[in-house]
Amino acid sequence: MEIIGSNKKIVTADTTSSLSLYRSAPALEVRLDDFELFAIDRLRVLKGISDALSRGRKPEEMKKLVDELWRVNMKHRNPSEVINKDIISHFVLRLVYCRTDDLRKWFLSMETTLFRYRFRLENADAQRMLMSEFNLSYKVLSNAELESVKGKLSQVASSIGQPLGTSDTIFFKVPFEEVPELVASRRVFLLKGYAYVAMNQVVSLVVTQFRSHLSKALVLTNRKWTSTIQEQEKGRLTPIVEALSTMYLGPDYSQPKEFAEISIKDIDQVANSSFPLCMHHLFGKLREDHHLKHGGRMQLGLFLKGVGLKLDDALAFWKAEFSQKVGSERFDKEYAYSIRHNYGKEGKRTDYTPYSCQKIIASTPSVGDHHGCPYRHFSEENLRAALGKMGVGGRSMDEVLDKVRNKHYQLACTLTFEAIHASSCDTGINHPNQYFSESQKILQSKNHMTT
Amino acid sequence: MNENLLVDLNDVISFDALQSHNKNIIVAQGDKRSDSRPAEGSRLGRASIGNPNLSPNPTQSQLVLTYLPPKGLPFPPFSPKRAKGQVAGSSNLSFFRVEFGNMTKKEEFGDGRDDMLIDGDHGKSITDGFSPEYLKAYYGMLFPHAEIFKWMSYGHDGKHPACDHSYFGRREFSFTLDNDIYLRFQSFNNAAELENSIKEKCPFKIDIGPVYSVDPAKRHAYAQAGDNVFTPVERELIFDIDMSDYDDVRYCCSGADVCIDCWPLMTIAIKVMDTALRDDFGFNHILWVYSGRRGVHCWVCDGRARRLTNEQRAAVADYFRVYKGNDNSNKMVSLIGPALHPLLIRSYADVLRGFFEEKLLCSQKLLSIEERFQKILDLIPDEDIAAELQSRWQENRRSSISKEDVNAVRWEQLKHLVQSPKQKALGVRRCVEEIVFSYTYPRLDMEVSKHMNHLLKAPFCVHPKTGRVCIPIDPEHCDDFDPTAVPTLSELLEELNSSRADVNDEFNRTSLGRSVKFFRTSFLEPLLKSCKEEMESTYNAKLQQSKNSLSW
Repeated sequence: MEIIGSNKKIVTADTTSSLSLYRSAPALEVRLDDFELFAIDRLRVLKGISDALSRGRKPEEMKKLVDELWRVNMKHRNPSEVINKDIISHFVLRLVYCRTDDLRKWFLSMETTLFRYRFRLENADAQRMLMSEFNLSYKVLSNAELESVKGKLSQVASSIGQPLGTSDTIFFKVPFEEVPELVASRRVFLLKGYAYVAMNQVVSLVVTQFRSHLSKALVLTNRKWTSTIQEQEKGRLTPIVEALSTMYLGPDYSQPKEFAEISIKDIDQVANSSFPLCMHHLFGKLREDHHLKHGGRMQLGLFLKGVGLKLDDALAFWKAEFSQKVGSERFDKEYAYSIRHNYGKEGKRTDYTPYSCQKIIASTPSVGDHHGCPYRHFSEENLRAALGKMGVGGRSMDEVLDKVRNKHYQLACTLTFEAIHASSCDTGINHPNQYFSESQKILQSKNHMTT
Repeated sequence: MNENLLVDLNDVISFDALQSHNKNIIVAQGDKRSDSRPAEGSRLGRASIGNPNLSPNPTQSQLVLTYLPPKGLPFPPFSPKRAKGQVAGSSNLSFFRVEFGNMTKKEEFGDGRDDMLIDGDHGKSITDGFSPEYLKAYYGMLFPHAEIFKWMSYGHDGKHPACDHSYFGRREFSFTLDNDIYLRFQSFNNAAELENSIKEKCPFKIDIGPVYSVDPAKRHAYAQAGDNVFTPVERELIFDIDMSDYDDVRYCCSGADVCIDCWPLMTIAIKVMDTALRDDFGFNHILWVYSGRRGVHCWVCDGRARRLTNEQRAAVADYFRVYKGNDNSNKMVSLIGPALHPLLIRSYADVLRGFFEEKLLCSQKLLSIEERFQKILDLIPDEDIAAELQSRWQENRRSSISKEDVNAVRWEQLKHLVQSPKQKALGVRRCVEEIVFSYTYPRLDMEVSKHMNHLLKAPFCVHPKTGRVCIPIDPEHCDDFDPTAVPTLSELLEELNSSRADVNDEFNRTSLGRSVKFFRTSFLEPLLKSCKEEMESTYNAKLQQSKNSLSW
């Protein structure tokens, strides 16, 4: 891809399907303006997808939303340029998001989701063509074989609410390793290591391929970026690329900023006033049981780090609780390490970032666990009780529960915030540490007014 | 047995060994293990059992053999003389620790007793049958080093040109020593290195990790080069099922305890998982191991399983996942959709339903005690039905005269109401299955299975808290497995003593022999056979390919 500063015309690439697999960077010339503008437009799409995912949108809603986002943002005044805009913006964002593990992860996940829904919008012929482009030439199940497993196939079909269609349904026999998503959600019949994949599930196969190609490509791009491009493009692309990556991701709260440093003596007070429900619950359980399982320790521990609890204080805090249950000797031996680890003082010495709402919502707490997102993981009665304890009641409570029923967990949290602080929160809650700092802001300005 | 027996301070020697070496006991000090012969200067003398004085030809020190008592009793303050006397009588003495005469006895015994006291502080859980000395004897005489090496080599220790001789050396082992000292990233180049290191370090626990891209012991050297060259490349697919995750559905024990009433939960977990791993995923080489206290581990060792990526592992684990409960939600399992997946249908029909109705219901008294049946009633989505059953069961608390078990009778009542023909809501009808799944379906520790670099305790380790050996469980006869009958360290050592010295058949020496034999014949041999076949076929394919490319 050549990037040019002047107003030159772009060479049209020879593409047959409107859905690109982005196998190699196109031999196109791109205006510097477009380089940035196209990328921002695509970022709007990816960001929209990211928000929708974290709100727990259902596949049907997602389908509509992705279609909409794509049409609004990725249009071009010249229809023949639409495909180029798609390809160019994708490759620009690859540069932007190849540079750290977290950026790669986010980009990979959003691009894969985008691809999934765009693939679904294609017709059957185009889908088969894309399959063959990925070398997914699977054996179609013969009639005899189909007969022998038909009973099982219809069990699976009705278990996912899609009664086995007419007799002309095509099934592919695929090694189970190639359709992990379908296996994980038990959406396929498995026999002796093979998954029996229906034509309409093929999207999973293609998406898996897409994902693994992109994942490898991002690592390679990163190598190229650090070894050559970054230096070569110091005066031109590098500033744009660096600005783009922070543009929409927001702060990661790994370093406490505004209200840095809370001390142990204040912790109970701020826990009551400014912790979101998930942390409030963990904190309460810790005080009550003097113990939390691993998931809870991570979620609360990193949050407290983000809130501004220093390592020494954190050790003292955890020790004060845990030693009541396991004794201080065992605490030093078994638990202190992981706290220092969280602060980047042990092991590979990464300074870990606090968990975002998205990560917490996606976690899977099990027996004895208290981490996770209460709005998602609590039963309704338990959530009701917990909200009551936070001081949420009446109509606000009903509104929160209503959001929960529709799986809008972050909106439920936002409403809780608004009910408690009697103040609106326009940005919405995306991160427990954001909840905390917004809360502190409001409380401090109130203090200011009274004094 | 013509070789000399080299002994060193604190060595543990069995009476058999002493007798069979008789006049060839050489007392040496220092690191004799690095070499089969001690350096000349370190040779302290010779001991002979036949000599009633038990003294070596003394140069500087005198050999004293101290008696080790069975069953973890504290060291009795035997005088050395008494110990000698018993040796001469060769009654039922078992093990000896080697000491040198110039050490004072009291210190030694004092140490031993201190250990016991420290352990005693933690309660009764400690050591009926576990002590570092026993462990040393166990690693020396019973632990199947060779089999573990063969297994972990997966055929790469042979002479075939396709063998990768670095394979075993890239496997991470990890030792937990006394005092919780944790040694990670240990690696060994051959069977002897592995065996020697285990015997020398005498780990309380041996964990097995993945095979890495490079020798894990040298990972730092590679880290300098930048890039992530040090990364796991192969690992068995593993599962960990722990009884403590079932605490909300068992009333006989909790936490670390198991008994004959709750252990069957593990048995059915094995049945459900083993069938699915074989029939659904097509795996053949599956090893089930008792974890030593309250759970089971599963090792799936097929080449295909070992090469799964983390994402694929997570998919397999999720395929099994039904239980979604946590402490803040009372509903543990929700089965939605108009039908169930064949995995669930099969598990329910073949294993879970029968077990729940015939065993668990009565053994855990799930419906005869109010607090317990209330929990089950909470799982019925129709409040009227739940209320009706509740009032009925609370009333006739005493009226049940029939011979039939009250739990079974009530279960029939529940099913009758919930599944009556006029009951149309699927959610209500389905709750019978949901209850059975909640109480019986295997609960996996998902994180263990999802990542390649998770460590898992090696088979044939000894659990330090129970002294029981982590022996393999035969999935075909898992009903017969009784965790309380698993041999303990002290039992094994006693068996070793009482067996006749001339019995050299390793399988019959102790009750561990049966387990080693099972491991070898039912798991290891078929595994190695298929490794060899796989190796040959990929090699031939490669050969063919390179021939084809040459013909161009």
